[in-house]
Amino acid sequence: MRRRLFKNLVAVPCTEPVSEPIAALEAAGAQLRGIIARRLGRSLAIREVDAGSCNGCELEIHALSNAFYDVERFGIRFVASPRHADLLLVTGPVTLNMREALERTYAATPAPKWVVAVGECGAGCGVFTDSYACVGAVSKVIPVDLVIRGCPPTPTDLLQGLLGLLSDGATAAAMNAKHS
Amino acid sequence: MLKALFGNLTPSAAHRGWRRVVGDFDTWRRIGEALREGKLDLLGLWGDAAAVHCALYEPSTRQILSATIDVHDGKVPSLAIFHAPASRLERAIHDLFGIEFVALPDSRPWLDHGRWPDRLPLAEQPRAYAPLPPYRFLETEGPSLHQIPVGPVHAGIIEPGHFRFTASGETVVRLEERLGYTHKGVEKLLCGKSIVEAGRIAARVSGDSTVAYSFAFALAVEAALEFQPPPRAVWMRGVMAELERIANHVGDIGAICNDAAFSMMHAECAILREQVLRACTVAFGHRLMMDRIVPGGVTADLEPAGQEAILSVTQQLRRQFPELIELYDNTASLQDRTVGTGVVAAALAAEFAAPGYVGRASGRSFDARICLPYPPYDAAPIEIVMRPEGDVDARVWVRIQEIQHSIGWLEAALTSLPLGPVHLPVSTVPAAAVEGSALVEGFRGDILAYVRIGPGRRIERCHLRDPSWFLWPLLEAAIEGNIVADFPLCNKSFNCSYSGHDL
Repeated sequence: MRRRLFKNLVAVPCTEPVSEPIAALEAAGAQLRGIIARRLGRSLAIREVDAGSCNGCELEIHALSNAFYDVERFGIRFVASPRHADLLLVTGPVTLNMREALERTYAATPAPKWVVAVGECGAGCGVFTDSYACVGAVSKVIPVDLVIRGCPPTPTDLLQGLLGLLSDGATAAAMNAKHS
Repeated sequence: MLKALFGNLTPSAAHRGWRRVVGDFDTWRRIGEALREGKLDLLGLWGDAAAVHCALYEPSTRQILSATIDVHDGKVPSLAIFHAPASRLERAIHDLFGIEFVALPDSRPWLDHGRWPDRLPLAEQPRAYAPLPPYRFLETEGPSLHQIPVGPVHAGIIEPGHFRFTASGETVVRLEERLGYTHKGVEKLLCGKSIVEAGRIAARVSGDSTVAYSFAFALAVEAALEFQPPPRAVWMRGVMAELERIANHVGDIGAICNDAAFSMMHAECAILREQVLRACTVAFGHRLMMDRIVPGGVTADLEPAGQEAILSVTQQLRRQFPELIELYDNTASLQDRTVGTGVVAAALAAEFAAPGYVGRASGRSFDARICLPYPPYDAAPIEIVMRPEGDVDARVWVRIQEIQHSIGWLEAALTSLPLGPVHLPVSTVPAAAVEGSALVEGFRGDILAYVRIGPGRRIERCHLRDPSWFLWPLLEAAIEGNIVADFPLCNKSFNCSYSGHDL
């Protein structure tokens, strides 16, 4: 193990800089950005809620924590309880069987709070449109502040979306400059 | 056994892939007895309009067969009275179709949480919504017992489900699962869809096995329509399936170690997983290779750059993965957590026909790629990996060795990839309904696909059975007698799918 640790100590990190948030996302997150940045600075606690997804989005949300994307360097971290969260990251076409759990999770999150709907299912209802068992888009159940589309969205899409919420363009550029 | 049971029954002419016979109440009872005696494995049990089908596998002859029983007066005999693994499947069929299983030992609803607008959504005449009484968990009594309810929203970034632990101090006396939270009505949704639309839904039954699901769906459709995909596509499907297996196995081995608080393995494995996914993007244009396998072949050809990316990532795995295995094997604090934890007895694994690495780590010699080989594995066999111990450590080792075999298989496949088209139109228009079945080994275990296509090339019925149906009950058995803190470790070593199970 010591050999491995030493090797990693001297190796070049694989963490990559993040490019500027894409235009569409920027528009969606524009009003929020200032508010969140003022309120929270560079600290964002996220509670992820799978409200019926196929698990594809979860795989990519997981990937945010790997060494390539290393979401924690931006002050973003995933927390175990909605009571510790600033933001809910919700996936899936909300199923009728998960609706109440999602509502309760939202209620348990202290204000100020934000909701980001992730994936085609969270945004609309994806391929599950018209199912008797799905409510559909997350916004049909709780208020949504930002949508990150994709089936599933790539970790880069997710990261750009979340960073878009946290900072204005100038800060993002500065943050990247520091890391590149 | 299969011959003795069904030799005198005429197989359905419309069903392809393997034989499907129609039996009566007596046949069903004899199936139940054969399952109880362990002569047959139950690979699936699903409902239909006025019928129930099951898929049976005979280990001694490596044969598979489907059997059907017609519903009379809304009733069929229960297989669960003979064979416990049928229980949740029968409860699910009852929730969806309203078919009553005579003397079903556990009549509690399973997928139906009393929230759908109509009850019995797949029945010919759905019943109006009626509130259900609160779910009755199994009773546990004793002076020193306490309960720990967990979920459906869990602490990690995982799927929703409810676990009810009953513990005596730190020791788990009983775990009862309550699933169905991610039920998306997939089976009803598939009815009436075109083959293309249905394929996109099949690819999203369980996101981590999207390749395997698309593969199984494509094979079932191609069997039904008697279509042969072009050879290059066949091999590319194998390449995608093995890449998916490697990515999931590598990621999960790291995650298992993380649940034993050994985060370094997690970090290292996550890097390897990411690199596999990036190679997949170069080769197939999507990190999870979603919607790449379709009936008729695959959607895009593998360019030299993609081939190079895959070979470069297998080389990297060959260089880096052995170091991580050594780290896993030589870290006493980690071994202390995984060895002897969450044991699944061989007899239980056999009874539940435990799919995938859970079965193989408990001595069950089954891998669909080897026991019921489908193209391309019929032409390029892969080695089966087995361990007898049945604990978390054995499941990790099965997966470690499967990664190694998959790397070898991939490299060999890529050097001998046949040339030619990768997709041909499946243009057959059946005169009457045709059916097809297929069994594909996903990373988690065997996925069963059954499809019936009507004359208008619309899906009449499609059932996709996730391996998790037979894994979830074993998790309840594996955790018994272990400490509560070892549950995440056991759970991750199974890594059952919620979405695939809840459908």
